[in-house]
Amino acid sequence: MATFLLRRVLLLVPTLWAIVTVAFFLVRLAPGGPFESERDIPAAAKAQLMRNYGLDLPLHVQYLRFLGSAARLDFGPSYKFPSRQVREIIAEALPVSMELGGWALLIAIVVGVPIGIFAAARQNTSADFAAMGIALAGVSIPNFVLGPVLVLGLSLTLYLLPPALWEGPQSRVLPVLTLATAYVAYVARLTRAGMLEVLRQDFIRTARAKGLAERVVVLKHALKLGILPVVSYIGPAAARILMGSIVVESIFAIPGMGRYLVNAAFNRDYTLVLGQVLFYAAFLMVLNLIVDVAYTWLDPRVELA
Amino acid sequence: MSIGIAPPAHIGAVAPALAGERPASLWGDAWRRLRRNRAAVTAALFLAWMSATAALAPWLPMKDPAAQDLALGATAPSSAHWFGTDELGRDAFARVIYGGRISLLVGVVGTLVSLLIGVTWGATAGYRGGRLDEAMMRFVDILYSLPYIFLVILLLVFFSRSLVMLFVALGLVQWLTMARIVRGQVLSLKQQTFVEAARALGATDASIIFRHIVPNTLGPVIVYTTLTVPAVILQEAFLSFLGLGVQPPAASWGTLVSDGARLLALFPWLVIFPGIALSLTLLSFNFLGDGLRDALDPQDRSDVA
Repeated sequence: MATFLLRRVLLLVPTLWAIVTVAFFLVRLAPGGPFESERDIPAAAKAQLMRNYGLDLPLHVQYLRFLGSAARLDFGPSYKFPSRQVREIIAEALPVSMELGGWALLIAIVVGVPIGIFAAARQNTSADFAAMGIALAGVSIPNFVLGPVLVLGLSLTLYLLPPALWEGPQSRVLPVLTLATAYVAYVARLTRAGMLEVLRQDFIRTARAKGLAERVVVLKHALKLGILPVVSYIGPAAARILMGSIVVESIFAIPGMGRYLVNAAFNRDYTLVLGQVLFYAAFLMVLNLIVDVAYTWLDPRVELA
Repeated sequence: MSIGIAPPAHIGAVAPALAGERPASLWGDAWRRLRRNRAAVTAALFLAWMSATAALAPWLPMKDPAAQDLALGATAPSSAHWFGTDELGRDAFARVIYGGRISLLVGVVGTLVSLLIGVTWGATAGYRGGRLDEAMMRFVDILYSLPYIFLVILLLVFFSRSLVMLFVALGLVQWLTMARIVRGQVLSLKQQTFVEAARALGATDASIIFRHIVPNTLGPVIVYTTLTVPAVILQEAFLSFLGLGVQPPAASWGTLVSDGARLLALFPWLVIFPGIALSLTLLSFNFLGDGLRDALDPQDRSDVA
């Protein structure tokens, strides 16, 4: 276990290096630059700007400087908002995204898993078909369709909830609902499939033969293994959810990571883009690692090597 | 996880000669079961109708999707314009049908790209085995942990937003799972006695791969391909929502929803109809994929016995 963790943590470094390197050259080799769009900057002023940001140096020097700053997790000021550090922007946007994603994740598990168990326990009944039909619809409706439709119905027609922004508890409802729906549905489907796979195994037959109540068989014996597909899905999904949904944050004008990412890319805000890429990749990998560890706890047959 | 192994496809073809009576072959069996799945059949019919309409759109008696009528402007659905008109007076029904042309085209071509890369990669790794397999699959593992959507967004923002770049970006995202599925299949198939028999009879590597192994991987590949098409359509719609997908004057369903969402409070029909078309298509692909999986899953033989 200890060697496994050590190896995985050591593997993080070269992988992250590869990711930021690809991102760095992708960003630098692209035509256009961060100061191209500004109207009629005098050549001298532009040269001064480039010098300030070290953009006049040879590419390999810029790359080495960038690696240094990445190692210190200090990317310097944003290009678009020069008075603000990339670190500050991330520190400000991340909690918003984490709150939005945290609620969605919680709902996905708390609602999705019971639906999946219920459907599996009643396989091929009309209740199962209905639950899974709805779940498939939930998976299929894109959030950028669901979001506007919810706004149209609940805010613009019934005036129940605010249509946008991130102020006060009521403003949380629609974005969280929009983000959570697909995950609830997907978790329900995964849970059902995982449970069905387990319920046809011999040890379940043994448990039933012992005379255990069906409830105990399903919840105590089957669930621990049946939930494994959900665990392996939730890890990477959690990284994506918690780092912010680009679509949901755009629709509801929420100042989270997702919105900053897209805007940063469009603005050629090099430092902000690269800082976010590194942060996101590291987050994703750590969560994947946690998932692997969680696996051994749930299924003792799995060995980490 | 156990990997479902389909019985060798050629057994069904040989057996009738011996038995004198045609037993259910894998494909015949699957077809029979698929036809009994009402949801899957409905979905297939809907998709056939949708594809035919989209493909034949230029020859159908329909309004020109590009014809503007500025004097008319945006109007609610009526008998003249079933889905209403947009702010430029363009017929929304024609726009939705033509949007389907692009969305479906992108879905199919993007899937073919991922199919080509994924099957080649997975089959090579699985059949060759050893070091090469190890290296190839480790590469896939690393790509899995990348924040893909970041790279796709960077690629599309910084370089051309051409249709070709879009296909490449979408194909790149989707091939990994296909490679894993095919490799798993090939790994278990190459150990089977019918492959050994073929080799004993002097069959070459190429004929073993293409005559004996590839036909037996088709089941899972077909299922996964059916599920990849909606995933690609969804990705394209998402990118279009960000303004990174197909560029005007071409418009996919994602573009239409995105444009409509901006004017949601004024002209809700501009979101609702393309949203329904997109959601129904994704839903149908998912229902069909589920149906195919149930039909081709050799684990679940309860209805055959």
